[in-house]
Formats: sequence, C-alpha cells, structure tokens
Amino acid sequence: MQALTNRAQEVSRKPMTFMERLYIPGILKGMAITFSHIFKKQPTIRYPEQKREFSPVFRGLHVLNRDEQGRERCTACGLCAVACPAEAITMEAAEREVGQENLYREEKYAAKYEINMLRCIFCGLCEEACPKDAIYLSETFAPANFTRSGFIYGKDHLLIPNPVTEPAAYAAAKGQKN
Amino acid sequence: MTLLAIDWLLIIEKLILIAIIVFASLGIALYTTFAERKVAAVLQDRPGPNRAGPFGLLQPFADGLKLIMKEEIIPSHANKVLFVLGPGLAMTAALMTCSVIPWSSHLEIFDRKVDLQIADINIGILYIFGVVSMGVYGMMIGGWASNNKFSLMAALRGASQAISYELAMGLSLIAVLMLSGSLSLKTIVDGQMAEGSYWNIVYQPLGFIIFFVCALAECNRTPFDLPEAENELNFGYHQEYSSMKLGFYLFSEYINMIMSSAVMASLYFGGFDVPFLDESTLAPNIAALIGVAALLTKIVIFIFVFMWIRWTVPRFRYDQLMNLGWKTMIPLALFNMLVTGALILLKAGV
Repeated sequence: MQALTNRAQEVSRKPMTFMERLYIPGILKGMAITFSHIFKKQPTIRYPEQKREFSPVFRGLHVLNRDEQGRERCTACGLCAVACPAEAITMEAAEREVGQENLYREEKYAAKYEINMLRCIFCGLCEEACPKDAIYLSETFAPANFTRSGFIYGKDHLLIPNPVTEPAAYAAAKGQKN
Repeated sequence: MTLLAIDWLLIIEKLILIAIIVFASLGIALYTTFAERKVAAVLQDRPGPNRAGPFGLLQPFADGLKLIMKEEIIPSHANKVLFVLGPGLAMTAALMTCSVIPWSSHLEIFDRKVDLQIADINIGILYIFGVVSMGVYGMMIGGWASNNKFSLMAALRGASQAISYELAMGLSLIAVLMLSGSLSLKTIVDGQMAEGSYWNIVYQPLGFIIFFVCALAECNRTPFDLPEAENELNFGYHQEYSSMKLGFYLFSEYINMIMSSAVMASLYFGGFDVPFLDESTLAPNIAALIGVAALLTKIVIFIFVFMWIRWTVPRFRYDQLMNLGWKTMIPLALFNMLVTGALILLKAGV
C-alpha cells in the first residue's frame, strides 16, 4: 500500500537487550523525568484570585452604555434584536417624558430591555448593529444562577453605572475596551 | 499473691505508647493522603489541593468529613457480617504491624527505662509477616462479601498477588536474617548501629530491591495496584463500599504504606540510626528523640518514593505481574540468599 505521507516509520521489532529487560534503568529514567517536573513552572491560573488576561476582542456579557452625562444611549430601535441570530434580545420602547432629558439621550428609550443569556451565543452582532453605540460586549463572563429565569438579564443587570455619580463603578464595568 | 506483683507501670507505659503510636500513625496516614495528592499534583505541574486552609492543609479533614457524611450502603445481596468485617480486618491488620517496630532506643523517665517499642518479641519479623498476610483477608473477605463479580475478581487478584510476592519477600529477608542472626527487629537495628558495621543496604542491595518491589506489591501500590484497577475492574474489591467503610479500606492502604516504610527502614536503613553520629555520647532521652526523628524522616522519604513511583510507572498487566513475581523475583531472591550464605561462610572461614 502506498503511504499517505512520507512520515511513516517502520516499527523496530528487535528483541530487548539485557539492560532493557532489567527494566530498572528505564524506570529510573522515567522517575528522573517526573522528578524534574517538580521544578517546572506550573501553568495553572488560580482562578478566582488570578484572572487571565483577555484579548482586546474578547466578547463577554453585554453592557448597555451611557454617554458622558450619564444618559442612556439606547433608543430602542430594535436593530440589535433583528441582528441577533439567537433571538436572545427583546425590548419594549417608551417615549421620553418632559423632565427626563437627563435620563435618556433620545426621545425614545427602552423601557424594558432583556437578553436571555442562555440563548445568547456572544457573537457580537448586536454590538455591530447598534447605530448609537449603546450596546457592547464587556470583559465579564461566566454568569451563574440557580434558575433559568435568572439568566434573563434585564436593564438592572445590563445598564452600566452612571459615570457622573459612580465613576469608579463605571470604569470597572467599562473595562479595558475602547 | 504473686498475681498482684504485676508491674502496673509497665502496663500503663505500654498503653500510653500504644495510644501514641496508633494515633500518630493515623495522623500520619491522614496527611499521607494529602501528600499523595500534593505529590501527584507537583509531579504533573499542577498546584494540587490548595483551598481548604493554608496550602490546603485542612484538606484531609474535609475528605474525612465527606466520607463520614456519606450514606452507608450495605448491598442487599451482600453477606452483612463479612461485609462489615472486611474493612475492620484490613484496618486492624494494618495497625497491628506497628507493635514490633522499634521507634527508637529508650527514654529515661524518673530512673525508669521506657523502651520505645511496644513489644520486642524475638520473632518480630515472623509476626510482621503473619499480620501482613492477615491484611489479605480484609481484602478477600470484603471482595467476596460484596457479592459483586468485579469485587470478587479484584479480591482474587489481590490475594494471589500478595501470596506470590510474599514468597520473594520472605526469601529476600532470609538473607538479612543470616546477617543479623536474629528475628527480633530491635536486634537487627542494634546490629546495624553497632560500631564498625554498616546499614544492611550496603550488604544487601539486591535483597533490598526485591524487598522494595514486593512491598509495593503488598501495599497494592502502583505499578502493582491490580486489585483496584479502575479501568478493568471499576474500583476493585471496595467497589460496593461507601462512607467510612470505604474510608477504612483507603486508609488502611496508607497505614500499610507507612508500616512497610518503617519495616524497610528498620531492616535495611538502620532504623532509628543517624549516620555519622555516635548516639552513646548523647543523653539517652535526646538520643531517643533524635532516633524517632531519624526513623520518621526515613519513613517520609520512603513514602515519597512510593508516591513518586506511583505517578511515574504505569500498572502491570496481570500476567506480567505473575511472571515478574514467580519467574524473576523468586529466583533472584534465592540467588541473593545463596550468595549471602556463601559469603558469610567464606568470611567465617569454614
């Protein structure tokens, strides 16, 4: 039969020499190898204390962004929900009342904005679809919950802290991105 | 009235010694389980258990608590008496070995000489062999009483393995007996400590290797852990066991390891002897404590080697195990015995 690659090697079938049949030199050699591993650097990242650095394009949980004055950017246009291949995003729009100009940037805003994190595939298409830069994927990840309903993240989970009143929390939620 | 002339102090002294040694060996066994996981981890570039307490030092207690809290299951088809007896027997046999090991020379408390050995019987090694063979019963009874074919097969394997390797072990020991001329462990250790004599490993390197390999097999340690070969027998002879009964089996394995390390240290590595140190120049109490520390150090080194081998060498196949035992170990041990006997006779000038 013709070999598929030229890397095939013939198996050596010569009988073992006396030293090989003693086994003990071989075992000692193996033990030397395992012993040398005591001094090797461990690749382990001790997770909750140490975290691994993410690449700048990492796609974690979503964040609904605010502008510099702390107003919600989202205008509930629904483009993200349309773009979402997993149909994880639902929203309800509402009209901005007089006196709410410091809360919402546009005349229309999302009264309800929910992402089902069990459906979401973290593809980032919502981020690309958004014309207002209102939604982006952050560096936080690994949501955990006891119920399925707990994975439906509403605005209380998604909305970034106000940069005017809570700048430290805002910076932490924003992460290293953009 | 002669009956009342019992040396009560001796009884109290021995009881205290027994309590200390049993609890110490249980404690060491507890931490041997931890050390096993830690050594395994370090040899495989992992950190190992490090969550419970500083450096994971409380891990064995967490493990023990887990085992105790587990549900106690006795299978309905099992022979209940034997099923409960099995782990107890394994544990008892493992612990009984420690009674003839000389842990150190002697303490002097209020003009009283307290030997740090529970019983210096003149057939110490025979006793150890008898007790070690009893350990097979724990495995055999447990495996048979579980009424599970895998358990039974593992028990059969364990029993035949133990019997095969005990032969070579005994033969390699005879050479040591010829050197020391005594079956008492204390005399053997004293002989190695005496002026102008070396540890038995110098005279018996081949015998030690044979003894060590057989000790691995007796303790059911890798590469001879066939009675609990996970991949072909699920979990071996303790497959049906749960809760602390399983804990007893696992624990007795570690105690066996400690005891066989102690026996090997006593037989071949001078027991509580510290090399290049003349104990007779020191105060007896200090010398005794140094002796205990020396023996414990040797035991720890042996246990590390046991673990080191476990995480290096893969398991033998059953026929390979039997071939090694019967066709290699026993002839080698016989050869070693003959050569030792001949050399002793030559030296004596017969």
